[in-house]
Amino acid sequence: MMLVAPQTASSSVLALSWLDLAFAGALVIVAMAISAWQRLGLARGFAIGAVRAVVQLVAVGYVLTYLIATRRWYLVLLTLLVMLVAATKTATDRQKRGRAKLFVISGTAMLIGAGVTLAYVDVIVLRLHPWYDPQYLIPLFGMIIGNAMNGAALAADRLNSEMELRRGEVEAYLALGASPARASAEAVRRALVAAIMPTLNMLMVVGLVSLPGMMTGQIIGGSSPLTAVRYQIVVVFMLAGAVAMTSVVVALWYRGTFFTAAEQLVSR
Amino acid sequence: MTAADAVTAFSLRQVQQIRGDDVHTLRDVDLDIPRGEVVALVGPSGAGKTSLIRLLNRLDSPASGSITYDGSLIETIPVRELRRRVAFVFQAPAMFPGTVAENLAVARDLARAAPNAGAIKIPEPDEALHLAGVDPAFASRDAQSLSGGERQRVSIARALMTGPETLLLDEPTSALDPDVADHIIATVRMLAASMQLTVVMVTHRLEEARAVSTRTVFMEAARVIEAGPTETMFTAPTNERARNFLLRGK
Repeated sequence: MMLVAPQTASSSVLALSWLDLAFAGALVIVAMAISAWQRLGLARGFAIGAVRAVVQLVAVGYVLTYLIATRRWYLVLLTLLVMLVAATKTATDRQKRGRAKLFVISGTAMLIGAGVTLAYVDVIVLRLHPWYDPQYLIPLFGMIIGNAMNGAALAADRLNSEMELRRGEVEAYLALGASPARASAEAVRRALVAAIMPTLNMLMVVGLVSLPGMMTGQIIGGSSPLTAVRYQIVVVFMLAGAVAMTSVVVALWYRGTFFTAAEQLVSR
Repeated sequence: MTAADAVTAFSLRQVQQIRGDDVHTLRDVDLDIPRGEVVALVGPSGAGKTSLIRLLNRLDSPASGSITYDGSLIETIPVRELRRRVAFVFQAPAMFPGTVAENLAVARDLARAAPNAGAIKIPEPDEALHLAGVDPAFASRDAQSLSGGERQRVSIARALMTGPETLLLDEPTSALDPDVADHIIATVRMLAASMQLTVVMVTHRLEEARAVSTRTVFMEAARVIEAGPTETMFTAPTNERARNFLLRGK
């Protein structure tokens, strides 16, 4: 596969100065002004958010520059691990129930779903040399883990609410001698649909309603749109696999936490 | 048949149950439920009636004490087998998605998947509907669209599809109009007689307990206060609180 050559790309990219960024910052001030005018109470949040975005992005820019320059496999894997832990924390922080257990469940699910997907794309699709090439691995994993994270969070959140809503139904199944898996099958099914549906919707409209960030970036960076499109196709297929794998591990494992060893519903 | 020569279905000894907030829902419960009897659990709200009946097919577990069924500790009976043999009818039964026939099929399929399925007498759906007083024409109705009384009957029919020996009913009539409730009670009495089921029913309606049961258990404040043959309990209970509740309704 043809790889994007940064040297040729950079020649056609407009370099942005800090002054240019300051001009862009005026758009955040517009958002803050609207917030103040409509009394949304979000102006302070926008100020903090804008500063955080700048600091985080600049920091990550330096980290990526360092990783791409040094090309050490252990540093690349460490970076992926940090991304995994951050995504796991984000996916579980706002869940209502069993957060500590859910952290382990979501983390493992993302490790499996995102890890298998990344390894497959690395070895079979892109055939990277070296296999840990940070220029590809880190951005790809960023996209995979971001989507896997949403899948994990949606699966857990929806399963929790379905199990609450269907408590009577689940217990009616148990009372007839059904297994917990049978009793919660409908709740699990709905949780999985909720978790996977956004990815399916994305596949349906990609290129029509939305131009994905990576593709946009590649085109601005000077790649041929057709090269950018090929990468984007890999990316959307990758996301479908990663989200489905992550969600199913979360839903099936998290389900177990709603039942005792004696196949009773855990009390609220 | 008296309690002494009957085979015991359930036997509870020193059963305690404690809610999450350290409140006893059952305290020092000793109780024998003879096979083939219709037992009514009565008492004021919060007495522990529902807590007790939920222990019998292990929807909950006691904090301590022992419960045996047919002479075996219930923890030693595989839980799905116990639940198939000891059916539970809820106060406000949830219908599964689909038709009435599909609801019955869920229970039938579970019974057929049991390890000893060949030995279980699984009724035909029509027969179960008939026993529960449901018109067989209801089989094709959407279960979610049924009225409260119809749901209760379908849930009884569904429970019968696993070929149970014992039927537990948790306030099966509390959400129903009095005449619908009377019909359900007549059905329970008929079922107990025709299928030789052991029945344990929680009820807050004393006339219902008196009409349907052969034995009555009076509970109050998490304890079994007095238990005995229904006629004795409703004419000459020995405990004063039982007398106040059963004879004077307070």
